[in-house]
Amino acid sequence: MRIALLHSRVRVEERLLLDELASLAIDHELIDVRELVFDIHDPSTWTRFDAVIDRCIGQSQALAAVRVFERFGVRTVNPARVIEACGDKLTTSLLMAQHNIPTPRTCVALDEASALAAVEHVGYPAVLKPTTGSWGRLLARVNDRDAAEAVIEHKSTLGSVQHSVFYVQEYVQKPDRDLRVFVVGDRAICGIVRHSPHWITNTARGGVASVLEITPDIRDLCARAARAVAGPDGALLAIDLLEAPGRGLLVSEINHTMEFRNSIAPTGVNIPRRMIEWIVESSPNAARAHSTARAAPFDASPSDGTLSTATPSNAAASSSPPRPRASLIEELKLGPWAAFDAHSRTEVA
Amino acid sequence: MNPTTPTPQTAPSVECTECAATIALQRPPLCGEIVRCRECQAELEVTSVTPLRVELAPEVEEDWGE
Repeated sequence: MRIALLHSRVRVEERLLLDELASLAIDHELIDVRELVFDIHDPSTWTRFDAVIDRCIGQSQALAAVRVFERFGVRTVNPARVIEACGDKLTTSLLMAQHNIPTPRTCVALDEASALAAVEHVGYPAVLKPTTGSWGRLLARVNDRDAAEAVIEHKSTLGSVQHSVFYVQEYVQKPDRDLRVFVVGDRAICGIVRHSPHWITNTARGGVASVLEITPDIRDLCARAARAVAGPDGALLAIDLLEAPGRGLLVSEINHTMEFRNSIAPTGVNIPRRMIEWIVESSPNAARAHSTARAAPFDASPSDGTLSTATPSNAAASSSPPRPRASLIEELKLGPWAAFDAHSRTEVA
Repeated sequence: MNPTTPTPQTAPSVECTECAATIALQRPPLCGEIVRCRECQAELEVTSVTPLRVELAPEVEEDWGE
């Protein structure tokens, strides 16, 4: 089996994944997305890979590259469908609503005036988020109409084109923590509790992590959420949950290129190892890939100075092209509303 | 395409472009790898392995996530 690790920067996570690929004696290559040139008429350069792991930080680059690989018949983890579903908060929310998965009440509006109506519909306090991006960037909690008007005007005047979509969520009166669950396939393998006195609890923003017990409720909810964004094939995901008093757990966000460096120690789970093992085991050529990997001696210092192991290369990476999937747009059957409630399809503007 | 990167056998050091402190790397770096200066906490990107060079890593770009 031969795996490409597609990246834009080599962070701690990518290093850990490379270490696991090496320790499992899986033939692999590191591909910098900034240096890619695809001839879309000629897949022959790329079909030597059985799988491509997308670890790009930039979503636009990742999605473009993954689409090309998929069209070439190379399996991608995660696939374009999952990047589309998770990289855009509105799409995630629509899928959660469509599959009756509990999630914070969400409205979307496409104009300043209707944005204010959406906030008023959700009620105060409300949270305005960009539909893309993460690490808690540019989230705004608005506690009253004055604040809402100010934030909406600022987004309209100063924001990028992405800020012309106003994604508004109820503010969930949660404890000073939220939960992050790591899902491999559709199985929750471990999780952390992120504590912070600030309402944004991302560890990238200073939140402190401790281990989360994976209860049957968490396992079931995460499996449903994973299937909603990834279908039966599963994916590698980090699902953020909120504890809503009186309502139970809500799916807040789903991350498709998750960071996990701060979660290995508190959980005691080798997350990158589990990710690689799942990719191998769920491969269409799993039996052959496994036996090849085990048989291959790993040379930590290959003579040609590369990171690749000495495993003989794969045979036909493109022999089992992924089956076609319905487009998300068709699946979601989006309605014509300019500002609407993602849960009830009730027009609010 | 950058298939694989040469890996020097000894872990080298490099000067921080922000504060000029010496950053001792624990293992041979990869091109594109992010390293942190312990003195000024700057995040630096390895832009060349031979010779070893680093530049200030971009903090955030428009569609960066996770």
